[in-house]
Amino acid sequence: MSATEAAPGRGTGRAATDAPAAGAAAVDFGTADAAASAPKVSGRPASGQAAAGTASGAGADGARATVKQRAELALNNEFLRKAVRFTTDRLRSGRLEAARVHGNWDEWRERGRQIRRHTIAHLDYYLNQFADNARANGAYVHFADTAEEAVRIVLAIAERKAAKTVVKSKSMVSEELHVNHALEAQGVEALETDLGEYIIQLAGEPPSHIIIPAIHKNREQIAELLSREAGEPLPPDTAVLAGFVRKKLREKFLAADIGMTGCNFAIAETGSIVLFENEGNARMVSTVPKTQITLMGMERIIPTWADLEVMATLLPRSATGQKLTVYLSGISGPRRAGDGDGPEEMHIIIVDNGRSRQLGDPEFQELLHCIRCGACLNVCPVYRQIGGHAYGSTYSGPIGAVLTPALKGNVAEWDDIADASSLCGACYEACPVKIPLHDMLVYLRRRKVEGGRAGKLEAFGMKAYASVMGNARQLRRALKLGKYGQKPLVRDGVIRARIGPLKGWTRYRAFPAIAGEPFRERWANLRQELEREARPMEPDVHERLEAALRRREGGTDRHGERE
Amino acid sequence: MKISLFITCLCDAIYPRVGEAMVRLLARFGVRPEFPSVQTCCGQPAFNSGYWNEARAAARTLLDAFEDSDFVVSPSGSCVYMIHHYRELFRDEPAELARVEDLRRKTYEFTQFLVGVLGVTDVGATFPHRVTFHPSCHGSRLLGVREEPLKLLENVKGLEFVPLPYAEDCCGFGGTFSVKMSDISGAMVGEKADHVLETEAEVLTGLDMGCLMNIGGHLRHRGQPVRVLHLAELLYEGVSRG
Repeated sequence: MSATEAAPGRGTGRAATDAPAAGAAAVDFGTADAAASAPKVSGRPASGQAAAGTASGAGADGARATVKQRAELALNNEFLRKAVRFTTDRLRSGRLEAARVHGNWDEWRERGRQIRRHTIAHLDYYLNQFADNARANGAYVHFADTAEEAVRIVLAIAERKAAKTVVKSKSMVSEELHVNHALEAQGVEALETDLGEYIIQLAGEPPSHIIIPAIHKNREQIAELLSREAGEPLPPDTAVLAGFVRKKLREKFLAADIGMTGCNFAIAETGSIVLFENEGNARMVSTVPKTQITLMGMERIIPTWADLEVMATLLPRSATGQKLTVYLSGISGPRRAGDGDGPEEMHIIIVDNGRSRQLGDPEFQELLHCIRCGACLNVCPVYRQIGGHAYGSTYSGPIGAVLTPALKGNVAEWDDIADASSLCGACYEACPVKIPLHDMLVYLRRRKVEGGRAGKLEAFGMKAYASVMGNARQLRRALKLGKYGQKPLVRDGVIRARIGPLKGWTRYRAFPAIAGEPFRERWANLRQELEREARPMEPDVHERLEAALRRREGGTDRHGERE
Repeated sequence: MKISLFITCLCDAIYPRVGEAMVRLLARFGVRPEFPSVQTCCGQPAFNSGYWNEARAAARTLLDAFEDSDFVVSPSGSCVYMIHHYRELFRDEPAELARVEDLRRKTYEFTQFLVGVLGVTDVGATFPHRVTFHPSCHGSRLLGVREEPLKLLENVKGLEFVPLPYAEDCCGFGGTFSVKMSDISGAMVGEKADHVLETEAEVLTGLDMGCLMNIGGHLRHRGQPVRVLHLAELLYEGVSRG
């Protein structure tokens, strides 16, 4: 399908009901904390300058290296790890405190989940409603099936406007589309105006966090980047650095032909887009240039402004611990007669790029519920060690580990990121809309196995596991064999040898030996011994057991229902 | 009243002393569990790695083992939580789903059973040591066992409890994750062990031998003499002393 462009007000709509082909993506909000901007960041560790390069070269989509290789770069970059720990710690405690102060956090999370579930279940309807209303407001609405198509639409608009400069506010969809590169290839300057995005643009790196793109950099590194840009040495002083960027960007805002934004939420009932941000740059981007392009993932929709109340409660608190971001803008179409500012022309590009593939998939549809707050990254113990670039794609952390393969159709190239998780469930616990990412990671692993893409050694090992664990007699035999087989390796009750499949384990840990007498062998004697000295069951213990059984039978016992 | 032990493959093969401590503790309240020996493993290693056929082979041994049990008690929150996944694992076998549902509703992690069912929060133990506690992810976060172990520790005489910094962070075990992504896992357990050492505790305790094997193995690798004990072991040692 080609991109359809409807003249404002004509409602030409490609009915969204014929498969919503547009995509949703995210926009995140500009972060108050990108290292240079907030004074509180001054505590950032300043050591480890030498390792400044971060896991560079390991960030763009399609990176050839494996997760393991990319993670190794990060693990050897003590500076990056310190920087990531420092900021994620702050965001974590901010979120917990905000949830505590809110008081009914879990009820609101549940409400958030319901809103997202309802919207995504009826996405065709709400997309159609949104597009009709946005057109009625005078915006042009485009649907793009793929990243390439979305980029073509952007380039066509830039060409028609003879644009020389595009200023951008933060948008993860634009990162997903690599739209900056495409604009620059066409001779159009594309400038990031969110401070964190600006920093990584100067560094030539992809974002390493959904809301804090430069989380892996410290003030010294940022000062170095900005000094290069300024043509003079700037001190690693927050006020000086932020002042330099502000002055420079101010000129760019005024000169830009096109402003490009993302979209945190799109309100179906009025065809409006909503932006959360802290720096005010998205307001500049959406009010100063004559033409505005908004990139939105097709799943960004919520039905009503009343629903936004719930989302506006969940998103900033989950992301940074703020009650609300410094700026919250609702934009309903281009400038109208009498408006003080705003673009003369507004384009909304609704991007699919693999999102509609999740619709109707019982295991992955909930991925579209994501509101891109980044909370799952902040609590993830793996992200904490390896940062965002190790994930190798635009989206990192637990959500990225699931979203990237899902958007790309589970292609083999992305099989390995699902392995980079200990399945601890911290992501699920932090998620404001309760997406079970830890389960989805298991589904991805299962799809890899079912698709015949698992390693041969692992598959063989699992066959052996099934034959041993499928039958207790086999297990008993295996324990005996293991007990004797391990003998040459065991010293002081542990194995330290770095051999075979144990290698990865023993590099960091001693491995315990199989017990001389496994429990199943010990049981007969233990049981006899206990019977000899048996105490009668205490009456109240007995009564409690009986009561638990009665509750279970009467259906009033909630045990085992927790999910 | 049939109460059965779900011992877990790890405690069966490597840490039988944990199973023994749990049984001896229960016996003090007159609870005499059975050990149906057809049980093997909950299937989690295969399930989490994506090998669901292989996981079912193991899981079926539990469905068989505990068919007639009224209560099933296990020293691992993670293995108990695995039973919650059986709904997905057996979703194409409607005939098994009744057994799956029944097993989930009657299976308890050890402290869930002790505190929640038996109503015991003080086992009468004395343990005059500085102790910290690692709340394993699956047990605390997914199964919801948070307060029970703390209540039990609170009532141990002489015990000095030190909270573990970043307690809720995963220790990096994650089953096959620790072998497949050994460097990431190694970095995670390194940080966890650092926090354990910060507490200057003599003893680290918890409710899951997978995590404790990981943290304990790393502490030993670093030559650190922190004792690592399952809570059942700690409590049993504490009552034996008294």
